Amino acid sequence: MLDTRIIQHLREIVGADYVSTEKQDLICYGYDATQMEFLPDAVVHPGSTEEVARVLKLANSEKIPVFPRGAGSGFTGGALPKGGGIVLVVTRLNRILRIDTENLIAEVEPGVVTEQFQIEVEKLGLFYPPDPASLKFSTLGGNVAENAGGPRCVKYGVTRDFVMGLEVVLPTGEIIRTGGETYKGVVGYDMTRLRCGAEGTLGAITKIIFKLLPLPEAKKTMLTIFDSIDGAAKAVSTIIGNKIIPTTLEFMDYATLQCVEKRFNLGIPENGRAVLLIEVDGDRDLIEKQAARIQELIGPLGLVQCKVARDAAESEALWKVRRLVSPSLRDVNPDKFNEDIVVPRSKVPEVIRVIEKIQQRYDIPIVNFGHAGDGNIHVNVMIDKAVPGQEELAHQAIAEVFQAALDLNGTMSGEHGVGLAKQPFIHLELKPAQVAAMQAIKAALDPNNILNPGKMFPLG
Amino acid sequence: MSEKDLKADALERVEQELKKCVKCGACRANCPAFAAFGKEPAVARGKIALCQHLLKGDIELDDATYNAMSKCLLCGSCVEKCPNSVPTDEIVMVAREALAKRRGLTTFHTAVGQVIKNRSLMKFGAAAGRILGPLFFQKVPATSGLRLRFPLPFVGGKRHIPAIAKVPFLERHPEVIQGAPGKPRIVFFVGCMTNFCYPQVGEAALALFRHLGCTVIIPKNQQCCGLPGMSGGDLDTVRELAEKNLIELERYEADYIMSACATCGGALHKFYPNLIGKRHPELAARLKAIADKTVDASELLHRLGLNPEETGAGRDVTVTYHDPCHLRTRGITSQPRALMKGTPGVVIAEMEGADKCCGLGGTFNVYHYESSMQINAAKSNAIIRTGAETVATGCPGCMMQLSDGLKQHGSSVKVIHTLEVLARKLLQEKSRKK
Repeated sequence: MLDTRIIQHLREIVGADYVSTEKQDLICYGYDATQMEFLPDAVVHPGSTEEVARVLKLANSEKIPVFPRGAGSGFTGGALPKGGGIVLVVTRLNRILRIDTENLIAEVEPGVVTEQFQIEVEKLGLFYPPDPASLKFSTLGGNVAENAGGPRCVKYGVTRDFVMGLEVVLPTGEIIRTGGETYKGVVGYDMTRLRCGAEGTLGAITKIIFKLLPLPEAKKTMLTIFDSIDGAAKAVSTIIGNKIIPTTLEFMDYATLQCVEKRFNLGIPENGRAVLLIEVDGDRDLIEKQAARIQELIGPLGLVQCKVARDAAESEALWKVRRLVSPSLRDVNPDKFNEDIVVPRSKVPEVIRVIEKIQQRYDIPIVNFGHAGDGNIHVNVMIDKAVPGQEELAHQAIAEVFQAALDLNGTMSGEHGVGLAKQPFIHLELKPAQVAAMQAIKAALDPNNILNPGKMFPLG
Repeated sequence: MSEKDLKADALERVEQELKKCVKCGACRANCPAFAAFGKEPAVARGKIALCQHLLKGDIELDDATYNAMSKCLLCGSCVEKCPNSVPTDEIVMVAREALAKRRGLTTFHTAVGQVIKNRSLMKFGAAAGRILGPLFFQKVPATSGLRLRFPLPFVGGKRHIPAIAKVPFLERHPEVIQGAPGKPRIVFFVGCMTNFCYPQVGEAALALFRHLGCTVIIPKNQQCCGLPGMSGGDLDTVRELAEKNLIELERYEADYIMSACATCGGALHKFYPNLIGKRHPELAARLKAIADKTVDASELLHRLGLNPEETGAGRDVTVTYHDPCHLRTRGITSQPRALMKGTPGVVIAEMEGADKCCGLGGTFNVYHYESSMQINAAKSNAIIRTGAETVATGCPGCMMQLSDGLKQHGSSVKVIHTLEVLARKLLQEKSRKK
């Protein structure tokens, strides 16, 4: 419970309409896509950088935890107010401040919805590639804080690769700028990249300067089905080994295919064991050539079916297979743990085989799909929480999956972050000295540990 | 009934549905109420969380819960885009029922319940509204307290309202209009807005289906579909109406039950079996049978192969089309467009966000008129930007909201029903004969 004096102060800063302590509001800002839930003591919707700064100053002097929040669509609990405090919702800061067509940059506030930004820049023939699955509702601030990825990252890179500069309110309330508008810049530490994926622990982002690209003229989509997982994996390395970097190389394993087919009857061939959804983009002539070359290369790798979209509608129809994955998983079991390991792309078949063994050992369905092009596999451990003991088993299986990824020189999370969900496993990947270095940065910038405390590193 | 029993009684029915929500946030992308209010209690995910906490018993059916649940247009956009198809529209109606039972219906919804259950009261209101309307509406300052509550279910006291028909549609025609042998037999579910405010929509429907040789049956004692009551949580009234409508709709052997109102069609097609059928198992099979036969007029005309050259040819006009939520969420988007495109003289100019809600949202616009018109502003501007002289849509509720919005934006764009476009030629011939 926050003191009424503090609530009053918050009201003075952001206006009474934008502070709530009503139980119903606290509930509505206490969850995210992890389905964990913690009630904050207050929900605050600031309307400017200055208001964010004043809230943080107050919180810092009163030692009240503050949890920055965008759309609340994260998969690891990065925005959850564990332990109580103030949820700082930045969605009123939702203006695209400028799109500079001469310098190919844009400046936005953190509450802009990712897809809205993409639509606006595309109207000007520009392109912002990062495309997390939640792009229709996730915010750019959240994307930066979690360093979001997406299918197009194979070719274009992740959110971090497009962030040139930030305006950040430090946990102590000072407003700083990091990076800037120039591609080059080597004065001082790279405080911009430090914030990308810091899960809002090192400052509240209030403005973002993004790099933009020219919008590719066209794209071409292909749905390819292979008779073995190895064939599909070989296809990935063969395509890239032949110097073609597709925009996306989305992968679905047999378990995923069965889910989708069972629910939606898409007519996937019976001997199909793995799917690759391949998309190339660029100049019209070039992508025709690339598409033809890709078909030539993958033909001998156990290709069962290859559908090439002739237009946007057909492309959308092919993507449908991928988009139907999520809704069909529920048929396997009601609850899922959605992990996002990464391995070097040549190791994809190996890690899938290890996961299959883990699945057999624990007798829990595990469904794998994701971004094969960059080795980022979404490992979905499907359980029924109502069955006693299943959740515990799932956690054990997940720990083994993480270890498998690490053994193959991978990482336990490519896109989702650590937040609360992956905390128990962080020691598998980070050595004590690494954690100590990170915590030293945190302690220096946030001496009272008020900004998103308890995230990433286990407390204590 | 104790508070606990009450919550449990209503909400336990949807407990399994609540569990399906994984709080992913996809509903944030599509919810018109969230776009207007910008806060999480307005969006599906928030309402589901609140229902879960109601069931747990750690919040009450109080003002804050009421306010959250009132911020829903029942448009179904969240359901359509939800990866797990959580039926939030139905969950909200159930929550509103629990609220209404705990707190009593609002004055407005008590009146709505009385009016929609009572056809003669509605007729009296319509007559009074027709005579008194011009005197009271728009001329009385908002602050005077003299504003007449117009007793049509969707209409609050603040807005521009459509003129009231001198003779309601249901009183204009015999119950059975015999068509050619071997052609489909169609029961026409007219709906209140068409009956009292937009009888021309009914005339267009009748002309089109008669042109196709269909037998059109217009049961005289059909009632309001009940959606205005559902919207306020008055599910008892809805059940009463559903039962009366069942009798009327079952009275004739028919191939189809046709509605030219997206909302009435949605009620028959979806809410009757899902909301009423589930809680009154004795009615379930009959409601399901009605639901299976229910089709939208444009969908059916398309299916029956209407040639709009024969029925709709006329002068050159640019038309933009607004997708009513209760057609869009049933997958009816291409049929009205295809039919209008095939109509000689009609050029379709698509607006930006044709699939976005107009902001009416049943009685949402009564409780949240400002937000309703804020949602509408984007729609009005999109319509105006097309330069079209006419906007067509498939729902009389949307027609009223679009007219109100366009007037407030100083626009003279004409609002008509899709069927009026398709029946231009037939209607002209008919008026010439007169």
